[in-house]
Amino acid sequence: MDISVFQIIWFVLWGVLWAVYFMLDGFVFGSGFMATFLAKNDTEKRVLINTVGPVWDGNEVWLVTAGGATFAAFPTTYALMFSNLYSALVLLLFALIVRGVSFEFRAKIDSPVWRRSWDMAIMVSSFLPALLFGVAFGNIFKGIPMKNDFAAINFSYDGTLIGLLNPYGLLTGVLFVLLFAVHGSLYAAIKTTGDLRKRSEEMSNKLWIPLLVVAVAFLGYTYPATKLYDNFFKAPVFLLIPVIAVVSLILVKVFIAKSSFHKAFLFSCLTIVFVVFTGVTGLFPNLIPSSIDPASNLTIFNSSSSLLTLKIMTVVAGIFVPIVICYKIWVYRLFRGRVSDGDVLENPDAY
Amino acid sequence: MNVVTLSQLQFAATGMFHWIFVPLTLGLSIMTAWMETKYVTTGDEMWLRMTKFWGKLFLINFALGVVTGITMEFQFGLNWSEYSRFVGDIFGAPLAIEATVAFFLESVFIGVWIFGWNKLSKKVHALSIWLTAIASNVSALVILLANAWMQKPVGYVIRNGRAEMSDFGAVLTNSYGWIKFTHTALSGYALAAFLIMGVSAWHLLRNNESDFFTRSFRMAAVWAFVASMGVAFTGDLHAVVISEHQPAKFAAMESQWETKKGAGMHLLLVPDAAHERNSLELLYIPNVLSLLAHHDPNAQITGMKTVPADLRPPVLPTFLSFRVMVGLGTFMILASLVGIILSRKADFTDSRLFLKIMVFAIPAPYIAQQLGWLVSELGRQPWIVYGVMKTADAVSKSISTTQVALSLLGFTVLYGVLGAIDIYLLVKYAKKGPDKDLTSIINVQGRA
Ligand code: HDD
Ligand code: HEM
Ligand code: HEM
Repeated sequence: MDISVFQIIWFVLWGVLWAVYFMLDGFVFGSGFMATFLAKNDTEKRVLINTVGPVWDGNEVWLVTAGGATFAAFPTTYALMFSNLYSALVLLLFALIVRGVSFEFRAKIDSPVWRRSWDMAIMVSSFLPALLFGVAFGNIFKGIPMKNDFAAINFSYDGTLIGLLNPYGLLTGVLFVLLFAVHGSLYAAIKTTGDLRKRSEEMSNKLWIPLLVVAVAFLGYTYPATKLYDNFFKAPVFLLIPVIAVVSLILVKVFIAKSSFHKAFLFSCLTIVFVVFTGVTGLFPNLIPSSIDPASNLTIFNSSSSLLTLKIMTVVAGIFVPIVICYKIWVYRLFRGRVSDGDVLENPDAY
Repeated sequence: MNVVTLSQLQFAATGMFHWIFVPLTLGLSIMTAWMETKYVTTGDEMWLRMTKFWGKLFLINFALGVVTGITMEFQFGLNWSEYSRFVGDIFGAPLAIEATVAFFLESVFIGVWIFGWNKLSKKVHALSIWLTAIASNVSALVILLANAWMQKPVGYVIRNGRAEMSDFGAVLTNSYGWIKFTHTALSGYALAAFLIMGVSAWHLLRNNESDFFTRSFRMAAVWAFVASMGVAFTGDLHAVVISEHQPAKFAAMESQWETKKGAGMHLLLVPDAAHERNSLELLYIPNVLSLLAHHDPNAQITGMKTVPADLRPPVLPTFLSFRVMVGLGTFMILASLVGIILSRKADFTDSRLFLKIMVFAIPAPYIAQQLGWLVSELGRQPWIVYGVMKTADAVSKSISTTQVALSLLGFTVLYGVLGAIDIYLLVKYAKKGPDKDLTSIINVQGRA
């Protein structure tokens, strides 16, 4: 098979890895930064943490895998994406580090001041990645100011951290925050009991309207701000992808209104996945476009690994990704059901 | 300071910090799994209490291992983008494989283990910690194969302005990597065993839960002895490979300036790199260096003088790190042997001096671990990929000194705070001792 077949396979996998990552870590981020509004006391905060306790680390590995897959399949993109966006990504790392230890640390000392401090830390370190990932992807959709000469192996970048905070980048950031806020509230609604559950249900309902407004603004603003729509005009069948995203978003509201929160959560998952797919489809065959020079675009063709490496990676992914999905489903089934105050108070191993 | 030096400092700081937690994970995960297996097969509740107590320390340590690992994964692109672009075709694959094959398994089943006590049968619950332990060790193997490729590049061709993979099998079977893995994994088991012995000794000195801690100590002493012997054995194999492939590193490790047949070794010496000699040399043992490096007392040793000055690693820190690591390794073998003998005796808790030494010995393997990496990574300078790419050519071009200085400062502060908290918690829970009451777990276990 020709190398371009594998390049396309890895482009699709690249999109899927990010989509699944945002779907899974999205509710952890969302319930993390919404905890202040959803949970009214220490026990309720603990309940929220314990709803994500068994799964958050496994969800985060999708990010590690997305990073590793970019490295292995498109090393030039990995190299330039991370070094060009250095400051933003270091900030993101700091947030992920704090978020990662906060669940464990919070539980280990029984003092109100200690716990309140970690509640703050959880809120900030869950909110920042949601915003930063959005800003980063907004800028990727738009293109970043880089000049790449692939033949002479000469790459340059003249953007700044502040430059990333352009209106389109910020709008995408707000979109991610709201998507995760609704997603996290819905997750809390299906995983908790009592007042906490009531409050989460109401919150998801309240936040849906702003989410819709921002989503519409995003879809509209994408037209002048990016070239994402070009692909959809070229091959209109792909319009199905944004259509599914929009329909799912509407169905979220429909099922909230019917109080079928499990279904609402399911469609919230689909919304996130298809929003990401929409962006990624629009990018093809670029991974990161350049905003100043089309010849500098990082594409799947000019930044990929060799055929041999792509083949090896395809075999590895073909064997292990299905296995991973199987045991992840098993784990979600094992920990299905709601977490109550009693579960947390009686279990010595709970966070 | 320039971007290269700052990036090196940042990589060293974050790597060495990650490495405070990883070896304990490698060892304690397996030992905890062993304890739980004993509980499942014998039904003896003491093993369950041991699983819970040592398992709790394992988890506190694990949290920081995970989050600092994410930094490592992304730093190649952040600071070393020229490197990443140049070797990504080969080097990216192990990182991606590590995540798909090992990290998923590890992070999913650690969650199952923590939260699954009341939801799973005893056997499946024990299986979940085994899967975590195996995955940790597999991840170590894969990442060390990647690191070994930088030390001894194999299975590649230079094409399209970069190193491209030509033989994946050669990358996977790189002898350097397998030696590195066995040495590292064993050193992790030794470290974990010394931690268990040290904490147990602390409690035994206070007559706290003597039965519990004597049993823990006995088990750990055997592990520590076997692992430390293995560490010394594989360390020697390592030295042989290095003398063959990285003569400059070997010369720095031994501070050997002259090329010589049948070289011996000074037990005490002080390197003087400026004058290409040692300013002090004492206690000479003939022929051992040749014997150690080539398993032949008359073999030729390449001295540092044959290496061009701009291709020499820093001699003093490489030499000192190596000497002290070997010294600590020797101490660990002796201490664990004495531990095995004494802990068999009925009046073990009366050996107060020995117990005190074992408490203070907890840092020994930690220091040896850090020094080992200094030997390995400093000794390979100025190369980032030995003989293929220089570190100075590997750094990202689009980052500025200010950016890296700020991120380095950020990492230092953040890691400093988190490290202090983590160590505080480890000490706190280690001192607290095992829970007395496990009835709530035992009653519900086996329900599912
Ligand atoms: C408990 C920790 C510990 C102990 C007691 C020792 N080592 Fe070690 N050593 C390590 C932990 C370690 C390590 C941290 O795991 C390293 C760093 C890189 C590596 O592969 O393993 C290492 C590296 C390392 C290297 C350099 C590898 C390279 O350059 O790639 C050599 C030659 C040795 N060791 C040899 C020894 C010898 C002969 C020892 C004698 C007993 C010894 N080590 C004890
Ligand atoms: C976790 C254990 C490790 C520790 C403690 C460690 C330590 C170090 C140290 C001290 C340096 C700095 C050398 C200098 O300042 O000149 C360094 C550099 C580096 N190491 Fe390691 N290392 C570790 C593992 C690895 C692994 C597994 C890899 C690759 C997979 C790796 C790749 C690098 C790279 C890319 C650099 C930067 C370039 C250089 O300075 O040579 N390291 N490491
Ligand atoms: C410098 C290169 C390294 C990279 C890129 C790296 C990457 C990572 C990442 C991403 C994680 C988090 C996984 C999760 O989220 O569950 C992690 C944890 C871990 N890493 Fe590293 N790592 C490096 C060095 C090493 C080395 C040299 C070893 C072993 C010899 C190692 C062994 C582990 C283990 C066992 C864990 C599990 C968590 C823990 O140990 O506490 N790592 N690493």
